[in-house]
Amino acid sequence: MRDASLTVRSGEVIALLGPSGSGKSTFLTAVGLINPPTSGQILIGGVLVLDGPNSLVNVRSFRRQHIGFIFQKSNLIPFLSARENVQVALELNGASPRYARRRAAELLEELGVGDRAENRPSMLSGGQQQRVAVARALANDPSVILADEPTAALDSQRGRQVMELFRAVAHEHGTGVIVVTHDHRTLEVFDTIYEMEDGTITKAGNSKEAT
Amino acid sequence: MNLAAKDIRHNLGRFALTIVGIGMLLMTVMGMAGIYRGLIEDATLLVERIGADLWVVQRDTRGPFAEVSRVPKALVYRVLAVPGVASAREFVFNTIQREHHGRPLRMAILGLSWPLDKGEWLPLMAGRPLAQNHYEMVADKTLGLRLDERIKLGKDTYRIVGITDGMVSTNGEGMAFLSVWDSQAVQFDNSGEAIRLERAARGRRSATDDMFLSQPLLTEQLARPTADLPAVATPELSAVVVRVSTGADPAAVAATISAWPDISVFTKAGEEELLVQGMVDKARRQLGMFRALLTVIAAIIMALILYTLTLDKLHSIALLKLIGAPNRTILLMILQQAVFLGGLGYGVAYLVGQKLFPHFPRRVIVTNEDLLQLAIIVLGISVLSSLLGIWRAMRVQPNEALMG
Repeated sequence: MRDASLTVRSGEVIALLGPSGSGKSTFLTAVGLINPPTSGQILIGGVLVLDGPNSLVNVRSFRRQHIGFIFQKSNLIPFLSARENVQVALELNGASPRYARRRAAELLEELGVGDRAENRPSMLSGGQQQRVAVARALANDPSVILADEPTAALDSQRGRQVMELFRAVAHEHGTGVIVVTHDHRTLEVFDTIYEMEDGTITKAGNSKEAT
Repeated sequence: MNLAAKDIRHNLGRFALTIVGIGMLLMTVMGMAGIYRGLIEDATLLVERIGADLWVVQRDTRGPFAEVSRVPKALVYRVLAVPGVASAREFVFNTIQREHHGRPLRMAILGLSWPLDKGEWLPLMAGRPLAQNHYEMVADKTLGLRLDERIKLGKDTYRIVGITDGMVSTNGEGMAFLSVWDSQAVQFDNSGEAIRLERAARGRRSATDDMFLSQPLLTEQLARPTADLPAVATPELSAVVVRVSTGADPAAVAATISAWPDISVFTKAGEEELLVQGMVDKARRQLGMFRALLTVIAAIIMALILYTLTLDKLHSIALLKLIGAPNRTILLMILQQAVFLGGLGYGVAYLVGQKLFPHFPRRVIVTNEDLLQLAIIVLGISVLSSLLGIWRAMRVQPNEALMG
């Protein structure tokens, strides 16, 4: 990546488009504090988190509190129920089991999968799994949610529903959402669209301009 | 939330089978220790039960259990004359194998020194001690003989008047208790033809011997049983067992008797040491080595199972790390599963062992001390065997969760 810079504001949903190999996922892992960049800075919630390869915070703890992740598939822990998948994120952040259990149930209810709370991921459809993943990503009220191809494994209708869900929760929870996607059918739900090519990010405009 | 328990619940069948497998392995380790304890217990049981302070045996032998010892009957009276001796008894011990109801019956015969000893000290579970000098037997239950059953040994038939529990020889054979006289009759039983040939041989030798030629009446004595001829009879006792008087020093009494050049004397502790160090030592070491080997195998198998279980969870571990789980959460999950496997395996081993060990042909004695020792070993191998899985889990990077 070079000159790869973007800003996502609270409650904003942005899309990052680009061909395979353009560096979208690398960008996401850098922002997600998984693979630190060799140079540049990452600020989350106004806090300088990474200055080049040097982390200025406890990366794992910071990630737990401020970043939510959603991926295209297999992003739930198979031996935990839907509720427990959300609950574990809360408990890892220090929530009491009782509170975590209640909050997880609330989030699942809010995302429309409350009736599947006790089901394991293998018992859920792709769309339901993504809703649970969204609930888990939201569990600790993160500053930003990073989603990598979240609709790739879904049909267009369900893909659209998930994207609209992102928009709704981002606005409601005041969370910034960065979505890496190839799915041009859902671009109208994004506030801002960026394109990435050869490791460089360029602003493509808002959803109306892009479509 | 206990992630280890959740994973176990999710893979219950697999965990259950693994626990049973590990349990069986640990039961074998437990059994090895029990067999060893049984060997020691069996080896020293008789010495303990007889309760003699001193054992007087043939000079330079380690009798009467470790090797054959022969001492004359008269030794009983010599020993009784030693100051500090409260009682001295004949001790006859030998092992025989006969056919009974078409099956081989192997028994260790112990002669009771009638009338001083009728077997009142025996742990009877049925019947009574000996009530007469001849043709009665007290048998251990492991021999499979019933009360009032009759068994022919040599030329005589003996009635079972009592059944003991847990009286086995150092080799694990069930014991039978007869009077010394009867036990010698069984031990030195010869066929009629052998007796006739022996008498004929004596006759031939006497025909050319000056002593018999000058004293013809002696020739009549030659027809008597060998045991009745003091001049030619072989020593017939295995040992003489001695109790010292209250207040007397067993070591001092032993030192006095040891001065006689035809016998050796062992204290009770010495006799037990002979049995344990001599007879059981190799078996003990053999079992000990097997036990160590099985423990190592159990550790390796547990390590492999835990490693495989960890490999199956790598994606979940990466996900957990991605959502911010600290290393200690992952470490605890694997460690708890290891201890859970080991703990439940130990429980299975104990429960199955309790049911199975009593049916073993030799005694398996599982002591609390051995149980505690094995529990500590299981805890140790549980922790050690989880290290491989923990090492692999620690190497998992959060971005591996992105790989689907």
